[in-house]
Amino acid sequence: MSLSPDDVKRIAHLARIRVTDAEAEHTRGQLNGIFDLIAAMQAVDTAGVAPMAHARDVFQRLRADVVTEPDRRDAYQAAAPQTEAGLYLVPKVIE
Amino acid sequence: MQWETVIGLEVHTQLTTQSKIFSGASTAFGAEPNRQACGVDIALPGVLPVLNKGAVERAIRFGLAIGARLNRVNVFARKNYFYPDLPKGYQISQFELPIVEGGTLTIQVGDQEKTVRITRAHLEEDAGKSLHEDFHGMTGIDLNRAGTPLLEIVSEPDMRSAKEAVAYAKALHTLVTWIGTCDGNMQEGSFRVDANVSVRPKGQQEFGTRREIKNLNSFRFLEQAIDYEVRWQIAQIEDGHKIQQATVLFDADTGETRMMRTKEDAHDYRYFPDPDLLPVKLEEDWIEQVKAAMPELPQAKQARYTGEFGLSAYDAATLTASRAMADYFEAVAAALAKADAKLAANWVMGELSAALNKAELDIAMSPIPAERLARLLGRIQDGTLSGKLARQVFDIMWTEGGEPDVIIEAKGLRQMSDNGEIERIIDEVLAANPKSVEEFRAGKEKAFNALVGQVMKATKGKANPAQVNELLRARLAG
Repeated sequence: MSLSPDDVKRIAHLARIRVTDAEAEHTRGQLNGIFDLIAAMQAVDTAGVAPMAHARDVFQRLRADVVTEPDRRDAYQAAAPQTEAGLYLVPKVIE
Repeated sequence: MQWETVIGLEVHTQLTTQSKIFSGASTAFGAEPNRQACGVDIALPGVLPVLNKGAVERAIRFGLAIGARLNRVNVFARKNYFYPDLPKGYQISQFELPIVEGGTLTIQVGDQEKTVRITRAHLEEDAGKSLHEDFHGMTGIDLNRAGTPLLEIVSEPDMRSAKEAVAYAKALHTLVTWIGTCDGNMQEGSFRVDANVSVRPKGQQEFGTRREIKNLNSFRFLEQAIDYEVRWQIAQIEDGHKIQQATVLFDADTGETRMMRTKEDAHDYRYFPDPDLLPVKLEEDWIEQVKAAMPELPQAKQARYTGEFGLSAYDAATLTASRAMADYFEAVAAALAKADAKLAANWVMGELSAALNKAELDIAMSPIPAERLARLLGRIQDGTLSGKLARQVFDIMWTEGGEPDVIIEAKGLRQMSDNGEIERIIDEVLAANPKSVEEFRAGKEKAFNALVGQVMKATKGKANPAQVNELLRARLAG
């Protein structure tokens, strides 16, 4: 598999990363290198091997359903660029 | 051309946990903005999610209730998109290995029973809320809801009309509130429905192209939105247009659906397993514990009501409309001195439900406790009260409160059962109505009813009508 310059642009857009054409071309070479590695791995016969969701073969520890977090709004909002009436303000978004 | 509608629903049910799915912040509704949004919820750098056992337990409960497969190992994944009410830039959800797969829900449409298959139910976190009111041209973000646990329940495209979709949504609503996994509060957004709707020529195997109606928060809107969407799609096709896959919103003011986005600009979520969370393992003994603590489910109750209690299917369905209703009915039936489930059912579905509806009260808030209603019905059973007198006592119990026996004594509402006293009144009535007596003797049955009416009136409705009938007939025959 080999990525086209448009593929790279699209992936960058999905990640909200602005890239110049030169950067996209450079990145395309790196990404294609990664795809070569994946192709090599996919050539391995994995019949009978269970798919893996995590690198460590252990399971998630669960926490009890209790409220443990105090209200620290003021501390958090002190670091926010703009707040009002307890809300974080962001540039207008309407979908 | 005959058209067939095909509908599948995705329902987001908010789980009834105290704390969030991946943090220890509270999930209580109605707090001041951002007072219940901790470092994990607002995605401060370096924080890590820790899964809430209560959320997983509720998903197990739901899976058991619909007879689904519980994936003993299930996995959380990241669903990537950018929106300011999702500060991490991804929602933690489940994709390839959800906790619940398969299962069915039986619905009642008219007098038809139908089984709807459920594809899957997966755990995920809710997003925050964007407030688009004017903050100097900016948008306000409240992250209290961010991280609230949801179980998204996805059905197969098994419904064929808006009515069936509503019946399914209602049955699901009853079930999740019954088993206590969701409070079902639709105004507060605890139960939100997305409907996937398509049409196809009747008899055609393949599905038509579907459009998804987002975020319906009432059963009425669900029905209106689907009805509108189906008419719109048929009109489009009949005019020679093709349906484009799209996401639409329902406008409750106009009753119409309108386009939000088409497939071309649909999100590419780039799901992948969340490296911050290990796979979740459901141990057998835990599942067994959850199963043991499950309440009797609506369908099992209905079967018992028709079998053991001899109630009709309709009565059984009505009494199991909610768990509170079923609990109340069973408490009344159990407290009756002489077992008579039909009497209990009639009063719970009749007088009590009518009074509750009028006062817009849930049965759990009934001012008349079940045991007290049973004591009233006991007075019908022992002949102290006629049905009519019992309704009078009921009205007083409802408006003023109090024990039925106290009310009966205070208001003198005891049914007259002394033969001698009734006979004395009959004699008075006969003497005062010679014309009716004459007419009856001439063969007019109507005259007899008139006399019964007079006797009942003279006793202020306190005589037992059957007893009056019997005594009067004997008197007139003699």
